[in-house]
Amino acid sequence: MESVTSIIDARELKKRFGSLEAVAGVSFEVRPGECFGILGPNGAGKTSTIRMIYGLSPVSSGTLRVFGRDIGTDYRSIKARIGICPQENNLDPDLTVLQNLEVYARYFSLPPTLARERALNLLQFMSLETRREAKVMELSGGMMRRLIIARALLNEPDLLILDEPTSGLDPQSRHQVWERLNELRAKGMTMLLTTHYMDEAARLCDRLMIMDQGKILVEGKPVDLIHEYVGRHVIEVSEPEEELRKHVRAAGLSYEDLGHLLIIYGNHHDQLYHEISSRYCREGCLMRMATLEDVFLKLTGRGLRE
Amino acid sequence: MMRISWRFLHVWQRNFLVYRRTWLVSFIPPLLEPLFYLLAFGIGMSLLVGYLRYEGTEISYTLFIAPALIAINIMSNAFYENTYASFVRMYYQKTFDAMMATPLTVEEIITGEMIWGATKAVLATAVMMVVISCFGLIRYPDGLLLLWVAFLGGLAFGSMGMIFTAFVPNIELFNLPIFLFITPMFLFGGTFFPLENLPVWAQQFALVLPLTHLVNLCRSCSYGVYGNLFWGSFLYLIVLTLVCFPLAIRGMYRRLIK
Repeated sequence: MESVTSIIDARELKKRFGSLEAVAGVSFEVRPGECFGILGPNGAGKTSTIRMIYGLSPVSSGTLRVFGRDIGTDYRSIKARIGICPQENNLDPDLTVLQNLEVYARYFSLPPTLARERALNLLQFMSLETRREAKVMELSGGMMRRLIIARALLNEPDLLILDEPTSGLDPQSRHQVWERLNELRAKGMTMLLTTHYMDEAARLCDRLMIMDQGKILVEGKPVDLIHEYVGRHVIEVSEPEEELRKHVRAAGLSYEDLGHLLIIYGNHHDQLYHEISSRYCREGCLMRMATLEDVFLKLTGRGLRE
Repeated sequence: MMRISWRFLHVWQRNFLVYRRTWLVSFIPPLLEPLFYLLAFGIGMSLLVGYLRYEGTEISYTLFIAPALIAINIMSNAFYENTYASFVRMYYQKTFDAMMATPLTVEEIITGEMIWGATKAVLATAVMMVVISCFGLIRYPDGLLLLWVAFLGGLAFGSMGMIFTAFVPNIELFNLPIFLFITPMFLFGGTFFPLENLPVWAQQFALVLPLTHLVNLCRSCSYGVYGNLFWGSFLYLIVLTLVCFPLAIRGMYRRLIK
């Protein structure tokens, strides 16, 4: 029974909109208790993939099993076990904070007393208990996000889907959201996360995949991906001289040339950095730890996606 | 395939909760509208019109238009609710998106919306009946049937409204059905003058309009007269609802599920 041991099991999953293939055959698996990330530039197919998982968008081809069941036929029991934190704010502006939770709990057919009990607990968990009678529109962006996450937890889901959970938040609010998500993760909550923030992905995800144009480019643990695709260190040299370029090419280093900036990837670069900074550094150069962002840009390119 | 369970009531309850917060505001139009119309048309026009014949009986002009006011009220309450109000919830507030992330199906969400539209028509009718009854223009207990008529008419006009909601790209375009569909019915649906006053072709055209039949039902129940007119119109509205209700769900499904 291999399929039941995974929370999500997607095989050759495709989504077509007319002639556009938004998801072009992806296979991945999300295991119980892990946080799995889907990264990718705009239009990579992240949201289309997620929408198929919670049954908002019929699968064009391939198989998709959630909790070992088929989303096409078992949508009701599957959706009862998923919590969704959507990209767009869709809190109910006609209702108060507490009513938002109580009414949403009713959509899951929770009895009113249980709904209220869970709502009050979640408001406390998300530090919103003093705002329970406030209108949604009176809340700050960070508070709305926390309320959306609280709402997604009302049905005590076995899978929490977070579609860009911290987009547009200030640093304080982001950290607060991360803290709560880490607490949930520690309690064993399975999470599926999409994000544009690489630091967020590196911080939260156990495993992740990077998508582009509907396909999976790579998949793995964040640290492994960094080591495999860029190495441990990155050296950036502004306004590089032609001689440095020659040197880098001759040494067979992995690099990227942006014209005004030369980026050199690799391991154990202390010696190299010393050499470069003393011999080729005109405008400025630095060495830093490689990040997921380096992997992302290396794989998906630097062209704008609009 | 229609996936509808009793869960649609949760959607209805959500709308009812919001309505209860503003019920006073919602009660003002059905309270004042009949007063204005009865004063302006009933008293003002009565001097010109006096009495007219309806189904072989001579009745006063105020008695003639009172049930039509109820019918118009049913039409506009349900139609506005499932056009402008539903569109705002769907498009601007993303309320349906939030609901779709729960075990609710699109079919249940839209059913809940249309049953709510009909309920709103019933509530407005109840308020209006109180005012009109003060003028002694409704015969009881037959008049109580008006509440059921309001539900049926509300469902018919609500589902027609929802069909437009499934297709309009933006909210301004609702002006079109209001101007081309609602306003002509308001004037030519046998509301303010008997259809017999019109040329034959216009009479036949009026028989196509849903409001004409809702007006017939309202008159029957207000006067306690149930002739062929009543049963014919009853059948018309039932069939209309049976056609439009699933069409509205189908249309909204196509709009929401991609």
